Amino acid sequence: MKPVLLRAEHISKSFGGVQALKDISLTLNAGEVYGLIGPNGAGKTTLFNCLTGLYVPDAGQFVFNDAPLVSNAPDKTVRQGIARTFQNIRLFANMTALENVMVGRHARLRSNILSDILRTPFNRREEQATEDMALQLLHYVGIAARAHDLAKHLSYGDQRRLEIARALATNPRLLCLDEPAAGMNANETAGLRQLIEAIRADGISILLIEHDVQLVMGLCDRVAVLDYGELICEDVPAVVQRHPRVIEAYLGSGAHA
Amino acid sequence: MKMTARFLARLTRHPNDDRVHWLAWALLGLLLAALPWLVAAGFGNTWLRILNFALLYVMLALGLNIVVGFAGLLDMGYIAFYAVGAYLWALLASPQFGLHWPMWAILPLGAGVAGLFGVLLGAPTLKLRGDYLAIVTLGFGEIIRIFLNNLNAPVNITNGPQGISAIDPVHFGSLSLARPIDLGLFELPSLVSYYYLFLFAALLIIGIAMRLERSRVGRAWAAIREDEVAAKACGINTRNVKLLAFAMGATFGGVAGGLFAGFQQFVSPESFGLLESVMVLCMVVLGGMGHIPGVIFGALLLTLMPEFFRHIAGPVQQSLFGSVLVDPESLRMLLFGLALVLVMRYRPSGLWPSPQRRREIEDVQHADAPADVPVSPM
Repeated sequence: MKPVLLRAEHISKSFGGVQALKDISLTLNAGEVYGLIGPNGAGKTTLFNCLTGLYVPDAGQFVFNDAPLVSNAPDKTVRQGIARTFQNIRLFANMTALENVMVGRHARLRSNILSDILRTPFNRREEQATEDMALQLLHYVGIAARAHDLAKHLSYGDQRRLEIARALATNPRLLCLDEPAAGMNANETAGLRQLIEAIRADGISILLIEHDVQLVMGLCDRVAVLDYGELICEDVPAVVQRHPRVIEAYLGSGAHA
Repeated sequence: MKMTARFLARLTRHPNDDRVHWLAWALLGLLLAALPWLVAAGFGNTWLRILNFALLYVMLALGLNIVVGFAGLLDMGYIAFYAVGAYLWALLASPQFGLHWPMWAILPLGAGVAGLFGVLLGAPTLKLRGDYLAIVTLGFGEIIRIFLNNLNAPVNITNGPQGISAIDPVHFGSLSLARPIDLGLFELPSLVSYYYLFLFAALLIIGIAMRLERSRVGRAWAAIREDEVAAKACGINTRNVKLLAFAMGATFGGVAGGLFAGFQQFVSPESFGLLESVMVLCMVVLGGMGHIPGVIFGALLLTLMPEFFRHIAGPVQQSLFGSVLVDPESLRMLLFGLALVLVMRYRPSGLWPSPQRRREIEDVQHADAPADVPVSPM
């Protein structure tokens, strides 16, 4: 039995009258690729935002690595080892690819404004190490050739990869990917799948929101299905695919008649 | 001007050619050292004074550039920090309270207090951006000025609208910069020694700004400017980093303010109006937001240009029409405004933008459809 990495405990969140998440509890084990699927508007991204500290859940809490996550403190969440990407890519458009990844190192660096101004030997070493590591990460995701191009001049697929590199720069134990394959062609998706498998092989757990059913079913160890803010099923892909409520959620209630 | 700009740009582009590099910097240093003598001899002391003010504005513009250019936070009340630095000097080194503190004590204190005011301004504006932030900072700037204007009753602190006069000049022990300094071989006029002091302070500030730009905190500022949510997701504590930008920018203003009070030996609330804030902002935007050489250039240009217009507007009319038709004072602001409009129309990224920023603006202009390119970070 693998150790538990992340536990969501009774998470609820509503916006005005709309309950986006209703009492969601789920468990993610260390080393897993965990899929989070559901129709549009099911609350997947809301759950992501609660987890990464961008939203404060109305009720419930996350326990990560046996410590409760502080809500409403995205920077602390990152320090605790959770990194994320965004559904609609959010890069620092007018910074180079390399700089984007270097920003990702922020929480792991110890230079402060004084050592930045004085350029202490420690500061110089740290800056050099940051740049080296950022370049390495760009290699890792396969876009090192574009290191000095502005992020916005990268192709769509490369932007997705850059966002993953930036997230990896934070040294996460859990990487949350919000629809990384959205808008990709079959070739790019295959490449992305390889990348995710490589990241998993490096010991980083992955929480994956994705609409590409083939990708989810092929990659994930376990899958949770959300519908209208409710968790309707959490199991291995083979079971989830045959679950009547999942079929109903995706195809409507007449589908299995 | 443009040639110097190109020359300097070429300098910075070839850091490997050591000899040329070294020689060019030595020449620049020599020019900067000789400048006050040349200006005093060629144009007189009026222009030397203007040059000294230009150096103060360079410091101010670089301070505001940290907030507006680096971190993308539109601050319309920046002159308040200049006022804080100036009044602190005025209160601690004048007959007002009978205090006569030395410069080495007041300037760091001024920087610190201004930084604190920076945090005070920053704290309530953390969630604001763009126009809303501009309005709040504008209010802050006015509040400071109005305080200075009215703090003469019930207890007289600032002397109200009359301002504080007979302020101690900058002095090192018994050596006062207000009097010519005898160096044995020759005499250093007061304005020249102030020039060297200001030049030193400006160079120091330029150095700090350049180091901050390429550092952990500089990258964090740029990240916030580009996308605050993504910056948070990268582990940046956006609250602290923004406050740091306000504080850091304010310290530069505080130092410049202290030097201003020592130089002018008189301060009054009038010097710290909204128009001054707007001027410093113009220097940053016109020069090239976020690009240090551009901002310096903008500060020098916007201080020197109106003075230049003032001095030629009369004589030129005299020779063209035989008499002075329009008051030079109003004509100079007219020309100045026209120049601003033309620059912003034809060089929207500023006169000397960073190569990167120029590309940004061109991208936006050349986009056929209203694409998802983020428009200017202001």
